[in-house]
Amino acid sequence: MTRPRTLYEKIWDAHVVEQRPDGTALIFIDRHLVHEVTSPQAFAGLRASGRTVRRPDLTLAVPDHNVPTTARLDAAGNRLPIADAESAAQLAALEKNAPEYGIRYIDAVAPEQGIVHVVGPEQGFSLPGTTIVCGDSHTACHGGIGALAFGIGTSEVEHVLATQTLLLQPAKTMEVRVEGEVGPGVSAKDIILHITGVIGAAGGTGHVIEYTGSAIRALSVEGRLTVSNMAIEGGARAGLIAPDEVTFDYIKGRPYAPKGADWDAAVAYWKSLATDPGATYDKIVLIDAAAIAPSVTWGTSPEDVVPITGVVPAPGSFADPSKQTAAAKSLAYMGLEPGTRMQDVPIENIFIGSCTNSRIEDLRAAAAVIKGRHKADNVKWAIVVPGSGLVKAQAEAEGLDRIFTDAGLEWREPGCSACLAMNPDKVPAGERCASTSNRNFVGRQGPGSRTHLVSPAMAAAAAVTGKLTDVRELMA
Amino acid sequence: MTPLDKVEGRAIPFGLKNVDTDVIIPAHWLKTTTREGMGRGAFEAIRADPDNLFDSAEYKGAPILIAGDNFGCGSSREHAAWALGDLGIRVVIAPSYSDIFSGNAVKNGILPVVLPQAAIDRLMEVAATDPVFVDLEHQTVTTQFQDRFTFEIDPFRKMCLLEGLDEISLTEKSDAAIGAYERQLDADRPWMRPAA
Repeated sequence: MTRPRTLYEKIWDAHVVEQRPDGTALIFIDRHLVHEVTSPQAFAGLRASGRTVRRPDLTLAVPDHNVPTTARLDAAGNRLPIADAESAAQLAALEKNAPEYGIRYIDAVAPEQGIVHVVGPEQGFSLPGTTIVCGDSHTACHGGIGALAFGIGTSEVEHVLATQTLLLQPAKTMEVRVEGEVGPGVSAKDIILHITGVIGAAGGTGHVIEYTGSAIRALSVEGRLTVSNMAIEGGARAGLIAPDEVTFDYIKGRPYAPKGADWDAAVAYWKSLATDPGATYDKIVLIDAAAIAPSVTWGTSPEDVVPITGVVPAPGSFADPSKQTAAAKSLAYMGLEPGTRMQDVPIENIFIGSCTNSRIEDLRAAAAVIKGRHKADNVKWAIVVPGSGLVKAQAEAEGLDRIFTDAGLEWREPGCSACLAMNPDKVPAGERCASTSNRNFVGRQGPGSRTHLVSPAMAAAAAVTGKLTDVRELMA
Repeated sequence: MTPLDKVEGRAIPFGLKNVDTDVIIPAHWLKTTTREGMGRGAFEAIRADPDNLFDSAEYKGAPILIAGDNFGCGSSREHAAWALGDLGIRVVIAPSYSDIFSGNAVKNGILPVVLPQAAIDRLMEVAATDPVFVDLEHQTVTTQFQDRFTFEIDPFRKMCLLEGLDEISLTEKSDAAIGAYERQLDADRPWMRPAA
C-alpha cells in the first residue's frame, strides 16, 4: 500500500519530470498565464538567446494590469488610444509578442478580456490537478479549483516559456481547517482576512496551504477563489482547495474544459486527488467559523485584521517588539489613533474589484447592500470594476450595473484597476479607501493612499454610510 | 549573471520586517519593458525623505542590506530584485524572505542570507559604524570584531550564484526528459490539453 498523501503531494508527484539528488525537482507546468507587466523582459530574453516558446498551446495571454477601466471603444466601435505612453507600450509589446510566438491572446477589447485570475477559471483554461504559473503573486487564486498555482518572477516566466518547466524545492504542507458555519454578513473574504490575521503575513512561508473544513466546502467556487487568492498574503506561495462536485459543476462546459469522454476521465482523475485519510501536514491551524466577524484591516500589512466591531490596536499590545515598531509606523501612515472604533473611521473612496473580489457573486453581494440606497456625500470616488467582460455582461443582464450607478457608483471596464495603482485608478494621498482588493501596503493604491481591506458587502456598506460599517446593521 | 563570492562593505541597517515589494519598487515603476534603471524607483516613498539611509553619504551604494522578517513579501515583481541590484546591493541579510523574492534575488545575482534575529540585531549594531563581510563559498558573515555567523543555502542556488549560471541552459540539458514527460502526459491524461 502506498503512503497516504495530501492533495499537494499528489499534484506534485504527478508533475515531476526529473528528481534531482539535492531534493529539488524539475516540475512540468500545465498552464502558463501571461500579462503585459511581467512578460516583456522575458520575451526580450527569449529573443536575445534565440529561444522559442516550447508549448504555446499551454499558454494564454491577456492584458489586465495596465488597461484603463474607462471606455475602450468610441461610439463608432474604434479602439481609443491609451493616454499613458508607457502603459500603451507595454500593451503593444504583449500584442506583438503573443502572436509572434503562437500564444493564444485575448486582446484588450475582446468580450472575454479581464483579470488573468478571473479569466483562467472562467474560460476553463485553469483546471483542477494542474500546475499553473503566472508572473503575478495572486496566481495562488487558481488553488480555489484545486490547481497547484503560484506566482513567479520574470526570469521564471522566461524559463517556463522556454522549457515548460520550473526547478522547484518541494514546499511544506499546512492545513487551515475552518469548521462550522459562518454567521450572516460573513463572506469568503472575511474568512481569509481572519485567517491571515491568525497566521500572520509570514505564517505560511515555505508552505502550500490546503484550506479544508465544512465552512470551506460550503463556499461556491467564486468564494473558494477568493480564499485561495490571498494565500500569498499569509506568506504561502500557493493555496489549495480539494476539487469536488461544486468545482466540477463550475468547470463543465467552459470553452477550454475537457468535453465528452475526456470530461468523464478528467472528473475521475480529479476525484482521486483529495487528501488521503491518514495523510499528515507539517502544520495545522484550526479556525472556528462561527467566531469570524465581518473583518477589516487597520494597518499596512494584511495581517493587521480586526473584526469591524473592534478598535484600532495599541502598538504596545503586541508581544513582538518588531511588530510594535511596525504597528506604530502603520498607524502613523494610516492616520489612526489606538482605541478608535473601526466603525468611526470615515471613508472617502470605495473600490469594488480586483482578482480577489470581482466575480459575479461579489458584485451581487455588493449590489444587495446598496440597492435602493445612495452613497454618502463624503464618499468622493466609488468605482465598481468587474473582473472580466463576461462578468460585466452577466451583471448587466441582472441589472446590477444600474443598482450601482443609481447609488452614485461608477461602473467600469474590466481590469486590475485601483488594486495596485498601475493604471489611472488611484486613491489620493492621505485619503482612505474601503477596498475589496488584497493588499493594504504603503502606497499600494497610489502614493500616500490608506487602504482598509474589506468584503464586497462591507465596501458597499461603507459607500452608503461614508465610514467603515458593520454590514449586518444594513441587512434587513 | 555576475558571479558572486565575497562581498564586503557597508551594510544598510534598514531592519524593518514585512518589507513588501511595493515598498521596494512601487507599481508605477513597472511600466517598462526593460530591466534597467529600476534603482531610481527603489524605496521611493522612504527616499522621499532627504535624510533617508539609502542616500546618506555613509550608505549610498552600500552592497549589503540588513532587514527584518519576511523581506520581499507581496507581489512577485522581479523588478524588486532589479531595483536592489541597480542600487548596488549584492547581499540581503534577514531572518526570513518571501519564497518568490528569494528566488528572484538569486536569479539576479543577489544573495539572500538567512540569519536568526539575534545575529541580525548584532549586525545592525556593527553596520552603524563598520563594514560587514560576506563569504558565500564558506557561508559566513563576519565583522572585524570577531563576530562570525554561518548561514545555510540550497546547494543549487549556491552553485548558480558562485558561477553566475543561466538556469535555462541548465534545464535545456533535460530536454529529453521533458519530451518523455510530455508524451506520457498525452497518453495518460489527454484531456489535460486545452480543449478549444
